[in-house]
Amino acid sequence: MGTPGFEIPPLLKTRFQNYWLDGSFDEMFEAEGVPRPHYRALYEMLLSLPVEEMRRRKQAADISFLHQGITFTVYGREEGTERIFPHDLLPRIITSAEWETIERGLTQRITALNLFLRDIYHEGRSLKAGVVPSEMVYSCRHFRRQMREFTVPKNIYITVVGSDLVRLPDGSFAVLEDNLRVPSGVSYMLTSRTVMKRVFPELFRMAGVRAIDHYSETLLATLRALAPEDRPDPNIVLLTPGVFNSAYFEHAFLARQMGIELVEGRDLTVHDNIVYMRTTAGLRRVDVIYRRVDDDFIDPLAFRPDSSLGVAGLFNAYRSGNVTLANALGTGVADDKALYAYVPAIIRYFLGEEPILNNVHTFVCSDPAQRQHVLSRLDQYVVKAVGESGGYGMLIGPYSTAEEREEFRARINADPRNYIAQPTLALSRAPCFLDGRVEPRHVDLRPYILYGDRVRIVPGGLTRVALKKGSLVVNSSQGGGSKDTWVLH
Amino acid sequence: MLSRVADNLYWMSRYLERAEHAARIAGVHLNLMLEHEPATQDRRWWRVLAAFGSSDEEEGDAFAAAQAYALIQIVTSIAAARENARQVREQISSEMWEQLNRLFHESKRMGTPEFWGAQPHDLLFTVTQSAHLVQGVTDSTMIHGEGWQFIQMGRFMERVQATARLIDLHFAEFFRPSTEAMNASEHMEWIGLLRSCTAFEAYCKVYTADLRPERVAEFLLLNAEFPHSVRFAVDQLRKSLGAVHEATARKPDRLDKLAGRLTAALSYTPLEEIMSNLHEFSLSIRRLCGNIHAGIYQVYITYPIEAALEG
Repeated sequence: MGTPGFEIPPLLKTRFQNYWLDGSFDEMFEAEGVPRPHYRALYEMLLSLPVEEMRRRKQAADISFLHQGITFTVYGREEGTERIFPHDLLPRIITSAEWETIERGLTQRITALNLFLRDIYHEGRSLKAGVVPSEMVYSCRHFRRQMREFTVPKNIYITVVGSDLVRLPDGSFAVLEDNLRVPSGVSYMLTSRTVMKRVFPELFRMAGVRAIDHYSETLLATLRALAPEDRPDPNIVLLTPGVFNSAYFEHAFLARQMGIELVEGRDLTVHDNIVYMRTTAGLRRVDVIYRRVDDDFIDPLAFRPDSSLGVAGLFNAYRSGNVTLANALGTGVADDKALYAYVPAIIRYFLGEEPILNNVHTFVCSDPAQRQHVLSRLDQYVVKAVGESGGYGMLIGPYSTAEEREEFRARINADPRNYIAQPTLALSRAPCFLDGRVEPRHVDLRPYILYGDRVRIVPGGLTRVALKKGSLVVNSSQGGGSKDTWVLH
Repeated sequence: MLSRVADNLYWMSRYLERAEHAARIAGVHLNLMLEHEPATQDRRWWRVLAAFGSSDEEEGDAFAAAQAYALIQIVTSIAAARENARQVREQISSEMWEQLNRLFHESKRMGTPEFWGAQPHDLLFTVTQSAHLVQGVTDSTMIHGEGWQFIQMGRFMERVQATARLIDLHFAEFFRPSTEAMNASEHMEWIGLLRSCTAFEAYCKVYTADLRPERVAEFLLLNAEFPHSVRFAVDQLRKSLGAVHEATARKPDRLDKLAGRLTAALSYTPLEEIMSNLHEFSLSIRRLCGNIHAGIYQVYITYPIEAALEG
């Protein structure tokens, strides 16, 4: 690669030897050999740093992750269940103008989804108006009829959200998925920043990166804003399923950062609809629970009776208004993959605005016409089971075998409500440092949105990257890694 | 502090102390057996088994049974200590976790029956040394607050119980109230008892190397300055109980009284009276400790909710 009148130094040749541009949007280059302005500092550094120095820094970063114990648990393996989260050395950079759009778009989207949740558990105006088919809501396995007619504190259902954005070939961002139940990964955003500051101090100074350190503080303030009104100095705790959960590291990390207790279900007890935690100094009342336990498991009396992770009686205490749960229960309806297709309509209905961030075009298989369309072109679409996450239960049409397609055809016909299809997306690509060379890999972006008294988004997020060459799947359980995400001033 | 956390810290520390104790006893007796007539070996290993707290029938190969039991006791105690620490990872210092984790991995590597059969001392040495390391790191990197006090309680509770039982078993076997000089092999056994409590050098500093059973008893039970004596451990236990009492503002009257009785027994019982029925004395100490343990749980950890709501 090269530009006229610019002699390519030998280093560049080898460093970017395997870098090529294709149909997808490239985060770094606007054309062969021409970096975008906000990537220029990184580009020049990549040209000037010897490969040994790059390797040394990569190693320093790895060791730092290991020593901080930044690990996740891999299910289904007996030994060595704790692993370091794979990460890439090079930051993903977002300009302030791009971020401004993302921020406005997400604020709009989350505000509308919150209103939608309030509506379906109360009057159901949007269902009567036909914005969303009501059977779609009531057939969702995350719909909680127990939440009907219950007013949650400050009417906020979704306190912590992680929405997955992708960048389309034209450079615009689109929302691929909303995570409205118990989104995770924010600890990787925070710790990878700490590590990067140590590894690339000079680049930070040159680039002008916006801070994200205040996330924990903001989360605490958000939780505090949702406390029951008669509790001026609320006791806030983080409820974890326990040490065997894959995100336990994150739970412990956030609790420590916020200075609140990390509790398990067995630490809590409910008496007269008031929640207490058992301490050595006696029972202490709990006012706000940032729960990282799924709806199903949170109270064996109200939901799954075989759950040992939850607290018996918690739901009644919640409905009595004596304790706040964040997120509220039943929010999973709004991040159902089939309901996703209706989010633009939800935004128009509740806010009277056009969506700032687009959806990815989605076919809902429960609709007969759309189903026929999908079934006739299975080799062109990505088919997803609505109930699955983490990259499981997917058919990637263009890369599938005839056999797999037949299997999915049968599954879709058997249970159409459970499937959606989307066109295969060319996710944008960002440079990664792999084995001494810089190569492009597909990325997405998950910013974290907090909604207490108002919507707040820390400028940054988790950029997930499909480290396998050509792969489009960024989930950590499927060989994905992460990158530090820089939003510039 | 959460009751569950206190519970984990207490047991982390107890299990570590238990592993160290077992390693020391096994090491001492493996050494002693080398220079002893084979005829007495069975009795020795049954005694060691009893000191570990085993209630097995005395039949079969005592040596093999004791070896197997020691290995299991050490390896499982370390694993349990580490598991307890893992549950409260964010409450202990990273240095503590690192040491304990390293000990766990080492003990797993050295704790296979083959390795243990060939090189038992490698494991025993690693365990005693690492236990001291963990203890040192704990004392120098952790806030000496409530959590640390529960760690202290666990350590000294285990120490009192184990030491009192060990002394009891040893005296039952070797103590003769006559004044005649002990023979060489008896001499070695008394040294063995002291070594099992890392007390031989300390004893010599106080009484010279002149070994007399009454003095050994006095030293191991009543010395107020030696960290492995029962009296010392009880004093520490009581101190920690007091500190937690103050930090939590609970009113553990019963617990206070029990601890007071235990201290009084060790401070004010004349040596002659103890020697006249050492078994009974050791038993009463252990019983009081058991009650204190139960008291700690009743007051701080598993208290009934109704009682807590009234208070």
